Order: sequence, then structure tokens, then C-alpha cells
Amino acid sequence: MIRIALPDLAATAELGRRLGQLARNGDVILLHGGLGAGKTTLTQAIAVGLELPPEQHVSSPSFALLHEYSGGRLPLFHLDLWRLAGEDDVEAAGLLDYIGGPGLTVIEWPERLGSLRPAARLDVFLEAVSEQERVCSLEGWGERAEELRNALAARQP
Amino acid sequence: MLILAIESSCDDTAAAVLEDGSRVLASVISSQHSVHEKYGGVVPELASRCHIEAVWPVAEEALRQAGATLDEIGLIAATQGPGLVGCLLVGFTFAKSLALVRNIPCVGVDHLAGHLLAILLEENKPAFPYTALVASGGTSSLFAVSSPTEFRLLGRTRDDAAGEAFDKVAKMLNLGCPGGPAVSQRAEQGRADAFAFPRALADGSVDFSFSGLKTAVMNQVNRFQQANQPVPVEDICASFEQAVADVLTEKTIIAAKRAGHRQVVLGGGVAANQRLRRQMAARCAEEDLTCFLPSSAFCTDNAAMIGLAGWHLFQAGQRVGPDADAFSRSPLN
Repeated sequence: MIRIALPDLAATAELGRRLGQLARNGDVILLHGGLGAGKTTLTQAIAVGLELPPEQHVSSPSFALLHEYSGGRLPLFHLDLWRLAGEDDVEAAGLLDYIGGPGLTVIEWPERLGSLRPAARLDVFLEAVSEQERVCSLEGWGERAEELRNALAARQP
Repeated sequence: MLILAIESSCDDTAAAVLEDGSRVLASVISSQHSVHEKYGGVVPELASRCHIEAVWPVAEEALRQAGATLDEIGLIAATQGPGLVGCLLVGFTFAKSLALVRNIPCVGVDHLAGHLLAILLEENKPAFPYTALVASGGTSSLFAVSSPTEFRLLGRTRDDAAGEAFDKVAKMLNLGCPGGPAVSQRAEQGRADAFAFPRALADGSVDFSFSGLKTAVMNQVNRFQQANQPVPVEDICASFEQAVADVLTEKTIIAAKRAGHRQVVLGGGVAANQRLRRQMAARCAEEDLTCFLPSSAFCTDNAAMIGLAGWHLFQAGQRVGPDADAFSRSPLN
């Protein structure tokens, strides 16, 4: 597990932007963290790294469960499982079709996936230290995710 | 002409019968909150299953209440998006199939257009153009509405929707679901000036941001819990609700003035919130704007607004074929 200190919003934005730049077709990012940890903010920065056009503005998919964005370097599938009880709901909602699909998949509240959690994935844990400050922990599962994790860690001071 | 309208984009299956796009003969909603309550939110599996089970009984009930038969229906309108595709497909496919076998025209309606036009179901309606705020669980957007089929986006949320903030605050305070009515009920007994929660984006933009407000409420709740003090739920709810009402009201007024509109219209589930309605009406009066508020039944999701919007699409010559698909994202937003 690699830990990255995010002292302010700009640091979070930079991390997300790099993640978006490094992303490849089929990558899956599980974004862990409580309410207000900055998951949607990080996803907005990932969208910047993916060069999504500005009219494809990333907003919270809590209500809709899934927002789909196109027109960037890769399509972005932004899932939010907050409202779901567990894996049966994820499957029944038809969300499994999107995970690891043709683009980058970012999943908030991934613990709801249960046993449906994909084996190859980058786990990103966001934790609030103070009202501004966050700590990000990265764990890569599979060769590709480890490569992503190392690339993100390499540019840390 | 009689119109049968079907709506199934999220929690509720709804059906309505309208005459000529403005007179509502029946509007039926199968409220599924009793099913959803125990899960703390909308459960898609249950929702789509309930839609499948409910769509025909709800449509039949609407026809019965309207005193109409299927033979008299000249147009079928259904919500085509945005929302969960699984839920949308139940109502939309039902509508297209019925239209196909009955050989009557069918139109697909954007749910947001329904909310933007819902005020036209009331006796007291605005003339075009007007500025409309749609605030719900999935949307917080401002539109310029220049005709029943022409909408221009003026501003939208940059993160969370207003209704989503209500749901998340309700969950933090263990108030149950749906969050809006639960928070409002507790807010009635609280002081709206007890906590100075942030009013985001006071930068002259007409975009919204409710994520920071949600986090500020959470930090406040945590402070009480860490100090082992009782959480003043009523004061927190009232202060939170006031912050939401302030931001929605002021940005709507700025947007209306910039658009050169004299009329302001509300729509969406959050528009049923009493504090927002009082605030919007009072501030519009001060600013010499006329404020139009739909009744609560036409704020929350309903099929009557889909029938109204669908009738105008039909008048404009639009139709959907049997192979038309539902859409998850609104092209309007």
C-alpha cells in the first residue's frame, strides 16, 4: 500500500489529473472513502486527465447510480453504489455490464460490490485528515494496476 | 384528444390521462416508499420489479379514474430518459408496445422537460418565456424556457444535487428515507440561524454546489459526537435547509434577471419543500418577479407532466418508433 499526502484541493486535483492521463481502456478504479472524503472531486479531476469536453461536466451519480461521459480520450463510466444494499442490487441494476468495459470505470462505494469486485483493479482509499487535508492510499491488484500505482507514486516528492 | 402518459424513471410507477395536454383527468402514482424505506434508498432490483408489476394496474387505474377506455386514447407519452435504463425501459417499452398494437402515435419525453412544464398543469400559469429551477434527487439546474419544446440550460450543479444533499444529511442523522420530508419535519422545530453553513459559489455564477454544504453538516455532526454531546438534530436540519433554500432562491433570481425574464417557475421534488417555497415567493415579490409554484403533487415525479410535455412534442410533429431506446443522460442538462 502506497500512501500519498494530499494537503489541499490542488493536490487532489493533480493526483486525479495524472490518474486520468495514465488510464487505459478497461482500467477499473475502486474509490473508497466516506461521505465528504472527496470521491466525486477526485473523479472530476480524473475527467480532466481524460480530456473530457467541458460540457461533459462530472456531477455526483448518487441518484442515477451511473453517469456516462464521452468525447474524451476514453469514455468514463462513473458509478456510485451508495444507495444500493449489496451485490444483488448491483447485478439487478445492470451495472455489471459497465465494469471494465470499453473505457475507464470509476466506482464509488465499491464495498457494495461484495463478491462481484473485479480481481484486476486499482483500490484508491481517500481519508479526511482535516477539513481540507486528505490522505490517499493506493493498492494495485494485477500487473496493470500495479503499474498504474507505481506510476502515480513515482512522481511523489 | 385523450393522452395516456407513463412515467417509470425512478421510485414510482405513474400513469395519467389528460385531455389536450392541459386538463388532467387522472394522475395515479404507485408510491413504493413502503418497499424502499427499509433499505435506506432506492433499490433498483425492487424498483424495476415493482415497475413491471405496477405499470399495467397503474395505467388501468388512471383510465378508470378518468372514465376513459383505451379505445379513446389518441396519444401515448412515456418518459424516455434520463434515469436508470432498467426502470425507464419498463414504462417506455410498455408505451411503445401499446401504441404499436393499438396503432396510435407514441412520443418519448425527457423527464426534465416534464418538470420544466409541470406548472402548466395549474390554473395559474406563466406565459413564455420564463426561468425554471428544477431541483430534485438527481438534478439541480436552471433553464430558460422559451416555448413548450425549447429549453436552454442556464446553470447546473457542479457536484451533488439538492435532493441528494437532503438524502445524505438525513442518513447522517439517521432520519430515514426519503430524506427531504424527514429533514423538513425536524427543521420545523429548529433554529435556521443556529449554524452558519456555507452558501457555495457566491461568485456570481448560476451553477450550484452542495457537496461542501453536505461535508460542513457532517463535520458539525462529528464535532458533537466526538465531544460526546447530543446532536441538535432540529437546529442542524433547519440551518441546513435554510442554506439550501437561500442558494436555490438567490441563484434563480440572478438567472431570471440575466435572462431578462419576469417570471420564475419551480419544479422537481425539492420544489415541494415549504421553506424553499416561502423564501422563493417572498424574494421574487421583493425583486418584482412573479413566482409560480406547482402543487406538491406536480413537483414530485408524476405522469401528468409527461403527458403535458408529450402532447407538445406531438403537436411539434415528433414521434418515436418501436425501436427507439431509452437514454440515461438528458441531452438538456
